[in-house]
Amino acid sequence: MALFGNCLDFLDFIPLFRKVKSNIDSSIKMSNSTTVSSSSIWTGGRSPFNVSYGKLMMWIFLLSDAFTFSSLLVGYGAIRFSYEGSSTPWPDPAAVFNHFPFMHGMHLPLLFVSLMTFILIFSSVTMVLAVEAGHRNSKSEVSKYMILTIIGGAAFLGCQAWEWTQFIGEGGRLDSNMFGFTAEAAAKAKNLGFGDHVHWEAADRIPGPVPFASLFFIVTGFHGFHVLSGVVINIIIWLNVIAGTYEKRGHYEMVEKVGLYWHFVDLVWVFVFTFYYLI
Amino acid sequence: MSTATINDSHAVGHHGDAHGHDHHHQSFITKYIFSTDHKMISKQYLITGIIMGCLGMGMSLLFRLQLAWPDETFPFLETLLGKWAKGGKLDPNYYMALVTIHGTIMVFYVLTAGLSGTFSNLLIPLQVGARDMASPFMNMLSYWFFFLSSVVLMSSFLVETGPASSGWTVYPPLSALEKAMPGSGMGTTLWLVAIILFIVSALLGGINYITTVLNMRTKGMSMNRLPLTIWAFFLTAVLGLLSFPVLLGAGLLLIFDRSFGTSFYLSDIHLNGVGALSNSGGSPVLYQHLFWFLGHPEVYIILMPALGISSEVISTNARKPIFGYTAMVISLLGISFLSFIVWGHHMFITGMNPFLGTMFMYVTLIIAVPSAVKTFNYLATLWKGNIRFTPAMLFAIGLVSMFISGGLTGIYLGNAALDIQLHDSYFVVAHFHLVMGSASIFGMFAGIYHWFPKMYGRMMNKTLGSLHFWLTFISAYLVFFPMHFMGLAGVPRRYYQFSLIPEFNIWMDVNIFITLAAILGGIAQLLFLYNFFNSIFRGPKASKNPWESNTLEWSTETKHIHGNWEGDIPTVYRGPHEYSRPDRELDYFPQYEIGDGEPEHYHAPATAPDTSYDGKKEKATTVFFSSFAHLFSLRRA
Repeated sequence: MALFGNCLDFLDFIPLFRKVKSNIDSSIKMSNSTTVSSSSIWTGGRSPFNVSYGKLMMWIFLLSDAFTFSSLLVGYGAIRFSYEGSSTPWPDPAAVFNHFPFMHGMHLPLLFVSLMTFILIFSSVTMVLAVEAGHRNSKSEVSKYMILTIIGGAAFLGCQAWEWTQFIGEGGRLDSNMFGFTAEAAAKAKNLGFGDHVHWEAADRIPGPVPFASLFFIVTGFHGFHVLSGVVINIIIWLNVIAGTYEKRGHYEMVEKVGLYWHFVDLVWVFVFTFYYLI
Repeated sequence: MSTATINDSHAVGHHGDAHGHDHHHQSFITKYIFSTDHKMISKQYLITGIIMGCLGMGMSLLFRLQLAWPDETFPFLETLLGKWAKGGKLDPNYYMALVTIHGTIMVFYVLTAGLSGTFSNLLIPLQVGARDMASPFMNMLSYWFFFLSSVVLMSSFLVETGPASSGWTVYPPLSALEKAMPGSGMGTTLWLVAIILFIVSALLGGINYITTVLNMRTKGMSMNRLPLTIWAFFLTAVLGLLSFPVLLGAGLLLIFDRSFGTSFYLSDIHLNGVGALSNSGGSPVLYQHLFWFLGHPEVYIILMPALGISSEVISTNARKPIFGYTAMVISLLGISFLSFIVWGHHMFITGMNPFLGTMFMYVTLIIAVPSAVKTFNYLATLWKGNIRFTPAMLFAIGLVSMFISGGLTGIYLGNAALDIQLHDSYFVVAHFHLVMGSASIFGMFAGIYHWFPKMYGRMMNKTLGSLHFWLTFISAYLVFFPMHFMGLAGVPRRYYQFSLIPEFNIWMDVNIFITLAAILGGIAQLLFLYNFFNSIFRGPKASKNPWESNTLEWSTETKHIHGNWEGDIPTVYRGPHEYSRPDRELDYFPQYEIGDGEPEHYHAPATAPDTSYDGKKEKATTVFFSSFAHLFSLRRA
């Protein structure tokens, strides 16, 4: 490694370091071998990443958007952490999100949100298939998988609507909520098994930490807004697919770009799910 | 099968081909208003920035009057401001509003959009050798979001309760409770809307700048041949891209707190032992963390383009290569990285854990290293140079001066223990007005004087420019230097009427002195305005390369065409700072001129690169590390 001489050679026993070093060495050789190197990546006249400007822009946008979500999740973490040891403890998400459509009165912790997660991840799979079909220029298959992706996204939004309705119905508001438990009720909630019958009297519930509900609406709402935008964009791209726009253009890069966005929205949900529901 | 057709001009940017420019007739609206041409958008940014700058400066003069003569009345104020200056005396709430909007305008609208927006737009395509931005349409949107944002911000002067008044940082609870003070109502709502529009604008612009620099450099323009302006704009865009979204998150939560009853930034507020509000559970310190995660990179978003511009101007006018090009780039990278991990030094006394404060103090003080590298490199470039004192050069040297004198006090303020005395005092005001306010505005003036011939095809008046410089330079020091002493003595910032506080009465004469110096500075800007607008229409015609500079933008004709170059885009053969080479008759050697023994054409791919999906791609690690190898390999030629 030219930069540091050989002073870091003692790190050679680390495979990753050896690999990095040989990468740097080879690229230095590449750039020094001739002043004019056609194989050099960074000398201009081409994209160093071999991508179109549009795809690069999408990656950069997603990086930026990741910071927006991070700020919300960090804010959530800071507020939740401040409730450690408080007299109104942070509600156990498993005790709050334990409903499932048509299974009234059963304790099914996080089952519904797991279904939502599955639906969203599955729509990412169909998106991958659409992108792959695009590489083969197969219009009918791109169209088919785009439709499945759109249905997946819409289904996720529908699930979210049901969950919000449920949450609001139980007293979740932006400025208050009823997700605190009296001591006896909390003890009872702890002993519930999966599928047990559960019924809360009004007296069991007391006002819980205010930010619990407002953060729920903000974090899942902001994500849901992204999913909604994604579904709308997917529909527009799908209309272009069936109109033959990309077939004429000779490539389906637009599908790939919205695919990147879709996978990102999916990835963000994994974090939301982990931080808001699981922990 | 394989998508060979993807390789058409699409892959690098749709202006990659030689026929990018069009000659069809453009209407007034497509040419001057909804223009997608980066040169026109740059002028739009500049003019909007200048207008906002005049407004911001005017506001500062109004509240300086109040500070200098707190017990006098100025009847013209009532004529101007109506009920906000009854009997000619500024209303305290309006004083706060002026301070707030002055800060907001100067930080965001003048020194972020006006500076970076103008020169990134003008110089990135011209200096890297591209026909236009990667996405000209998004570029246009970026300007119009900025314009809309300016209109929304200024419209807050028209609402009954006045504009936002809780300081440019809009800390809750003042900003979160609509009844906290008059400006906390509609004014703050408009402020938040304006800032969110601004963030959208910054995002659209930043994505474009980064993509254009990475993807659309002309043949031979490797990263280590980029002019330092481009490095600065590129890293500025990266900072904006990663920090503005956090302000978006912060603003979103604040809007919900204000309008929808949430309590993200509000905890229990008690009056006489009784809970006064129903809010509970949030923390105003959370807002400060989120805000300063933007706020600190923001000061480098403001400063770095000015540093880049001055590097270019100093090298050109000292007729010397910039001293330590690679060191300059690495220090920019260092500043960019460090700027993300030092935000806590704005919050030393908010009740943050002192151990955390210590960490923030260490990383803050480390910023002195890359900053000093830049300063010494400027001085070393000037050393024994064949200096041409153009107005641009004067302002660039002025920037170095401001950067040093303002930067030194940064070492005091970055110290957690000293900050107990100095925070929220006039010492802070003096520090940031010198190091980021004045230094950046000097960089902006340097850029305007230097690239005016490229923007308008005419020259600005040199005598007026020099006079403008000396008056601005002197008045800036006269205004901000005395503030250090006031701050050390404990005079707090943002106070309305010092004559009410006996301890601060001794500073009344100094306050009058500062206000008089500020009025002098305001008059100096009138010289600039006259020179600028007069030269647009009546300045002498500029030649193609009036400063005998090396960079690519001077190879274009003075008449603007869409697509920048009439024929092929020039190829680049060397770095941007080859001045006074002993083997050359001329004392400059443009990047686009072929020297003896240099191959006529680069063997870079004639068409755009192959992006077919089954084609071999470089591994991501190779791409990543080769960028460093290029940067560190220190090659000049």
